[in-house]
Amino acid sequence: MSMPVNSEIKERLNGIFNAFAGKGNELIPVLQSIQEEFGYLPGEAMKHAARFLKIPESTVFGVASFYSQFRFSPAGKHIIKVCHGTACHVANAGEITEKLETRLKIKDGETSDDGLFTLESVACVGCCSLAPLIMVDDEVYGKLDPVKAARIVSRLSRTHGEKQEQ
Amino acid sequence: MNKPRISVGLGSCGMAAGANAVYRRLETILMEGKAEFELKRTSCLGMCYNEPLVAVLDERGEFLYGKIHEESAGKLIEEHILKGNTLKGHLVSGKDVFFGSQVKIALRNCGVIDPESIDEYIDTGGYEATRRIIREKISGAELTGIITRSGLRGRGGGGFSTGKKWEFARNINSDEKYLICNADEGDPGAFMDRSLLEGDPHAVIEGIIIAGLAIGANKGYVYVRAEYPLAVRRLKKAIKQAEEKGFLGKGVFQSRKDFKVEVFLGAGAFVCGEETALIHSIEGARGMPRHRPPFPAQSGLWGRPTVVNNVETLANVAWIIRNGADKYAAYGTENSKGTKVFALAGKVRRGGLVEVPMGVTINEIVFGIGGGIPEGREFKAVQLGGPSGGCLPASLAGTPIDFDSLRKTGAIMGSGGMIVMDETSCMVNIAKYFLEFTREESCGACTPCRLGTKHMLDILEDITEGRARKEDLDTLTDLAEGIKRTSLCGLGQTAPNPVITTLEYFRREYWEHISEKKCRAKQCRKLISYFIDPDKCAGCRVCYKKCPENAISGDKDKVHVISQDDCTRCGICIRACPRKYSAINCLPGQA
Repeated sequence: MSMPVNSEIKERLNGIFNAFAGKGNELIPVLQSIQEEFGYLPGEAMKHAARFLKIPESTVFGVASFYSQFRFSPAGKHIIKVCHGTACHVANAGEITEKLETRLKIKDGETSDDGLFTLESVACVGCCSLAPLIMVDDEVYGKLDPVKAARIVSRLSRTHGEKQEQ
Repeated sequence: MNKPRISVGLGSCGMAAGANAVYRRLETILMEGKAEFELKRTSCLGMCYNEPLVAVLDERGEFLYGKIHEESAGKLIEEHILKGNTLKGHLVSGKDVFFGSQVKIALRNCGVIDPESIDEYIDTGGYEATRRIIREKISGAELTGIITRSGLRGRGGGGFSTGKKWEFARNINSDEKYLICNADEGDPGAFMDRSLLEGDPHAVIEGIIIAGLAIGANKGYVYVRAEYPLAVRRLKKAIKQAEEKGFLGKGVFQSRKDFKVEVFLGAGAFVCGEETALIHSIEGARGMPRHRPPFPAQSGLWGRPTVVNNVETLANVAWIIRNGADKYAAYGTENSKGTKVFALAGKVRRGGLVEVPMGVTINEIVFGIGGGIPEGREFKAVQLGGPSGGCLPASLAGTPIDFDSLRKTGAIMGSGGMIVMDETSCMVNIAKYFLEFTREESCGACTPCRLGTKHMLDILEDITEGRARKEDLDTLTDLAEGIKRTSLCGLGQTAPNPVITTLEYFRREYWEHISEKKCRAKQCRKLISYFIDPDKCAGCRVCYKKCPENAISGDKDKVHVISQDDCTRCGICIRACPRKYSAINCLPGQA
C-alpha cells in the first residue's frame, strides 16, 4: 500500500473536517474519521488535525498513542484479529497466534511483506461460546485449532494469488 | 392464527455462527413462494451453545430450533411448515433446563423482539414508564426514591447504590447535568452489555431518559466500544426512532423537558471503564482517571454533575418503574436485590448469556444452567469478574452470588464474566494471563499500578518458566497488597485480585511450579516434557518430519526419540502422531 502524498492528504482531510466545528474536544471522533478514511493516521494528517482543532500537535499524538484503536502505519489488506479473551485463552488461543506467526512469517502486530495480512491480538470479541476464534476483517471463524486457522489464511492468500494471475 | 412466524436470532454471536446465511436462505424460500410464513429478525436469546437459533411460532405452539445452518434451514421449512412435523435433531429440548431457573428482567426482550423496531418495544409496554412519569409529573425525588427502594446496585462492577448515585447528582444545582451510559465493556469474557445493546437498545435508551429525568439532566451520552459495530448501529438507529416519536430531543413526550442522547465511540482503552477516565475520554483527552473526590456526581463532564451508569443497570430501570420497587426487590438477597446477567463460558457444556436472581449459587449456574463440564472432565475453578476478579475453587462453588458473599471470598461480582475451568487450566497461568492484561492496560498515571503490575508479571513469568525461588511468593503477596491499597483507580486496586485468589486457593499449584518445576495442567511449556513411548512407536516418521526444531531422531520403522535439549514443547508432534499409534505423551515436569 502506498502512502498518500501531502497535497492529497490535505484534500481528503477537508472533507472530513467539514463535519466538525473545530473544537479541541472533538479530537477523538476526528481521529476516528481520519483513520476510517486512510486506514491509519498519517503523520501529516495529525498535524493538520492539530491546527484545525487549535491544540498542540503533542496533544494529538498523545491522545492517538493512548488508544489502541489508532495505528500509525498502513494495515494489510486483511486484518486478522486473534481473540485472546479468557474463554479463548483457556481454549489455547496462544497456539493460534503462534501458528499464524509462523505461517505469515511475522510477529503479532506486524503486517506481512506482501501487504496482505496484519496480525493482531485482541482482548475479547465477545463470542465466547465459539472459542477459540479469529476475526478476519468482519468475519468470525470459531471453534478453531492452529491448523484450521492457518488454512483460513492460506485460502485467503490463494484467492489473491488467483486475482493477480488473471 | 395467521401465518407461522419464524424468527432468526441475529446477534453478533449468532451471525458469527452463520445466522445471516440462514436468514437469507429463508428469505429466498419466501420469495420463491415455496412456503408461507412471516420472517422476523430478533437478537440473542443467550443460548450461545446452540447458535444459530431459529424460533417458529404457529398454532401448534412455540418451537425453538438450534444449530440451524443454511442447509438445515430448507429442511426446517419442509418438515415443520410444509409437512407439519418437527425437525428432528435440532429441536432444543434443553430449553427448560437452560432457561428454567433464569429470571429475565434486563434481558426481558432480548431474542424476543426485533431490536430494530421501536413499535415492537412499545408493544411490550416499552416507553410506558417514561410516558407515565411525564403525564403524572413524577418528580426526580420520587424516581430516585423508587430506585433506591428497589435496591438496584451498579451492575458494572462497583455495586454502588444506583438510587443514591442519582440522589447526589439530583441535589446539586446546575444549569447543565449529564447522564452517561457506560458501554465500554472491556473485560475479556464479558459480553452482556453488547448483547443488551444489540438485542434491546430501546430498554437502555428508556433507562437513560428516566435517569436523566431523575437527576435533571438535559443530555445523555452512550460511551460504547467501537469494536461493537452491530451494537453501535442498532443503538444509533434506536435513538433516531425515539427522536422521530418525540421521546428524545426537544420537549420529550410533549413536555417542556429537553433531552438529547449522543453516541460516543470509545477508542479502545480498558481503563475508560473507570468513570473519571471515561469522562476525560469524552472531553477529548487521554482516558486517565483522577482522584475522587470530587465525585462525578458533583463535578464530572465539563465540570458539571454527571452520573455514569452501566448498560445493564439502565436496562433494569424502566422495568422497575413499571412494576414497582417491591417487585424488583422481591428477587435477590438482603443486600443484593434483583437479578444479574452473566456471560457463562469456558469449559462448560451450555455456554451463553444467563440472567439469574441474586443469591443463586455458582454451582446452580455451572451445573443447573450450564450443564456441567464437557468430556467428563473435573470442575476445577470458576473465574468471576475478569481482570478485576478472582478464581474460586470448585469447593467454594456453593457460594451464593451476591455482592457481599463474593467479596468475602476475594472475588468480585464484576461486570458478570463467568469462565469455567477444568483440570486442563493452570491457575498460575490464568493469574499471569490477567496480569498481562492489566499491565498492558494500565494507563501509567500512578506508580503502584504502572510498575507494580509489571513487577508482579515478571515474577509470574519466572514461576511459569521454572526460574522462581520460594521467596518470590512472599514478594508477590506484598506487591499485591501494596498495589491494592495504593493505586489511584479501580483498575490498579483490583488488578492483584486474580493473583491473591489463586495464591489463596491454589497455593499448592504455585508451589509445584517453583519447587517441583512441574505444571500439572500441562499449560506452562517450560514445565512439561514430551516423550515417545517405545512400546507404541511404529517408526512412521510423521513426527520426525513435522518437528520444526529437528528434535526428533530415529530411522524408518525404528523407535523415535525426542531430544529434550532441542525440544521447544510446541506440541506439534503429539498432534501429528497418528491416532492409531498415539505414541507421544505429554508429562508434567521437566525432563
